Amino acid sequence: MKIIGISPHRRHFLRKAVGAAPVVALLAGAGGGLAMAVSKDQPAYKPRFFDATEWATLTALVDRLIPADGEGPGALESGAHEFIDAQMNTPYAYGALWYMQGPFVPSIEQFGYQFHMAPRELYKSALAGVNAAVNKQSGKPFVQLNAAERDAVITQLQKGSLDIGEVPAKVFFNQLLQNTREGYFCDPVHGGNKDMLAWKMVGFPGARADYMDWVEQYGKKYPLPPVSIA
Amino acid sequence: MSDIKADVKMKPVDAVIVGFGWTGAIMAKEMTEAGLNVVALERGEYRDTYPDGAYPKTLDELTYIQRSKLFQDMSKSTFTFRHSITGVAVPYRQIGAFKPGTGVGGAGLHWSGMHWRVLPEELQIRSHYERRYGKKFIPEGMTIQDFGVTYAELEPHFDFVEKVFGTSGQAYKVNGIVVGDGNVFEGDRSDNYALAPQKVPYTAELFRRAAKAVGYHPFVNASSNASGPYTNPYGCQMGPCNFCGFCSGYACYNYSKASPNVNIMPALRMVANFELRANCNVVRINLDGSKKRATGVTYINADGKAVEQPADLVIASAFAYNNAHLFLLSGIGKPYDPVSNEGVVGRNIAYQMMSTIQTFFKEDTNTNPFIGAGGTGVALDDWNGDNFDHGPLGFVGGSPAWCNPAGSKPISGIATPDGTPAWGSAWKKAVKKSYLNTVSFDCHGANMTYRDCYVDLDPTYTDKYGQQLLRFTFDWKENDIKMSRFVTDKMMKVAEAMNPESIKVSVKSVGDHLDLRNYQTTHWAGGTAMGADRKTSVVNRYLQSWDVHNVFAVGSSVFPVGIGYNPTGLACALTYWSAKAIREQYLKDPRPLVA
Repeated sequence: MKIIGISPHRRHFLRKAVGAAPVVALLAGAGGGLAMAVSKDQPAYKPRFFDATEWATLTALVDRLIPADGEGPGALESGAHEFIDAQMNTPYAYGALWYMQGPFVPSIEQFGYQFHMAPRELYKSALAGVNAAVNKQSGKPFVQLNAAERDAVITQLQKGSLDIGEVPAKVFFNQLLQNTREGYFCDPVHGGNKDMLAWKMVGFPGARADYMDWVEQYGKKYPLPPVSIA
Repeated sequence: MSDIKADVKMKPVDAVIVGFGWTGAIMAKEMTEAGLNVVALERGEYRDTYPDGAYPKTLDELTYIQRSKLFQDMSKSTFTFRHSITGVAVPYRQIGAFKPGTGVGGAGLHWSGMHWRVLPEELQIRSHYERRYGKKFIPEGMTIQDFGVTYAELEPHFDFVEKVFGTSGQAYKVNGIVVGDGNVFEGDRSDNYALAPQKVPYTAELFRRAAKAVGYHPFVNASSNASGPYTNPYGCQMGPCNFCGFCSGYACYNYSKASPNVNIMPALRMVANFELRANCNVVRINLDGSKKRATGVTYINADGKAVEQPADLVIASAFAYNNAHLFLLSGIGKPYDPVSNEGVVGRNIAYQMMSTIQTFFKEDTNTNPFIGAGGTGVALDDWNGDNFDHGPLGFVGGSPAWCNPAGSKPISGIATPDGTPAWGSAWKKAVKKSYLNTVSFDCHGANMTYRDCYVDLDPTYTDKYGQQLLRFTFDWKENDIKMSRFVTDKMMKVAEAMNPESIKVSVKSVGDHLDLRNYQTTHWAGGTAMGADRKTSVVNRYLQSWDVHNVFAVGSSVFPVGIGYNPTGLACALTYWSAKAIREQYLKDPRPLVA
């Protein structure tokens, strides 16, 4: 068996995780300005695709999809929102990986995505739509809602019962949840899953990719921490 | 029909191969051995272990699975779907239920390596059921039919495929003598597998123990992930699989998973009478004035030029349904019409009827699901094919079941117990607890064929070249759902015998429709069915077109009915069977091999 120790990288991660703790506490609470919250030892991430209002709304949504709590990192600590912003400049976000030829006709949900927007356009439209809908409901933008109120809005999106304009609410919810999970669990090389915190939480060893010596060690916890391809 | 005119005409060759996955590579090897000048045309990019499977870049779930690095480029071409012959089809816009391949190696580069033959009676499915249960047993509208070839005829080819692939496994009987604890339901074998079975990961071992405890017959299933170093009959080498867990959807970085790129291409590189052209998308097989002889193919090259490649022999080896697409675009064979029940091209399309059982255990069970190989695992055939009495059950078909630890990655691979919300703290708590403490297994059911399940050309949507997309008219039928529910119920006993904290079952109910959103299986079959009767098949028993005798179709497109097993072993054995007929009969005297 290989010797297990705390690597320099892991020590660095532990230091950073401690440093980030107050941020987690702040983000878990209610109130505006969450998007501006950053850890002390890191400069604030500057979004390249989303404008300030979109970014604040996106950040607040993502924070509730995978909240910071005692179980493990929240979406923001893992950088899922930054991952989504970075993805918006990849071919994927332009719809280049999808068949986007019309006509786009309404269909039953079993046939999958039938909406004409690619992710870039979809996010811009839906984030503005969420704020407009929430303003109409409560007279406040989404970021000024408390956690319970935010969760109620997300539930409406999930059920498709909130009118957010051109984008069907369920389509946006599915897109956002998928991208948030991707940013939470992807290899850190893509800008999410910072310090592999989400992998450490579940016990995924990342790109170790050689288990010849462990395949028949039934029921034994794999001893090595994860590694990234970065 | 395609009306693209060629800008360039190439020098004639003896044989042109359309699509360079497993079956195209096998045909290229066989035809070059026969001394023919062969050109293979692959619509996708050139691919190989390096750089497409290079360590560590390939170990990237986001890029390879979520962003479909090696799968078909949907922006260029896709398929449309509707549930019934009166519906309006819409495009399959994002990869979901199935993951079609493209590029050199085809889906054979990023498949899992589950390696099966076929149950002998499945090759004679209609006559077998009629003989055992009576003609009335097969329901109205079910169009299952015999393959027109027997297991005994295919056996030498199954054996050779396993030697080419370096297949790991354990036989039950060889030449009628019990040699080990393999699959008691397996057909006769002339030899054991090429390599010893792979090691068994923990989840599959738990499945094996539980299946034995309830009286079933589990065995370590055959896998084309090498259990040790291996050199195949072509001199191509494989290294032992290290259970890296990045298998299905990825190119193997370790030369351990059989692929056309690893197991055949190195041999083809050594011969002067073979040329592979990537980024060449065939749009049509060209016919002469009589429409009874092909003159070659027309393709679009990487520069967008239309190129005519004359050839004396045309092999259609595109993926599954794509052979039917090519035949329809080329005017080969009569298109199938479900209303009049006439025509053949596009008829008998089958998918697979999946159900999944997930069992959740207490913390510190450490099932370590990141350890895996695409083909490894433990399976049982007690409820597959006609291995059990269907008489009182009233359905046709069956389902193998297996625990196949292929390597679960966190974005797409973490199961959670019933009732877990999709987001929030409760979701996070559930994934944290479940990832290392889950055992998941599948019932990989056969899907029968039906009069109103078929493919034709879509009237509305086109591909990048302006050609009509292939349209699927397909839905689940009561027979198959009844089968799946029966087998799933039998497999619940295995789940219960594992004594988990909770069990989650995903199985269809009568009335459920085909759903393209979540991954099921890529194993479509049919469209250019083989058979003994030209009224119900597109190619004869040697996979030769009934209508155009110098065109042969290979791949799972020739299956006239769905099977529960993964189709690669059968598709490749049939390819060698066809190649033998071409080499020994057709080349000497080019003609229809069956009158």
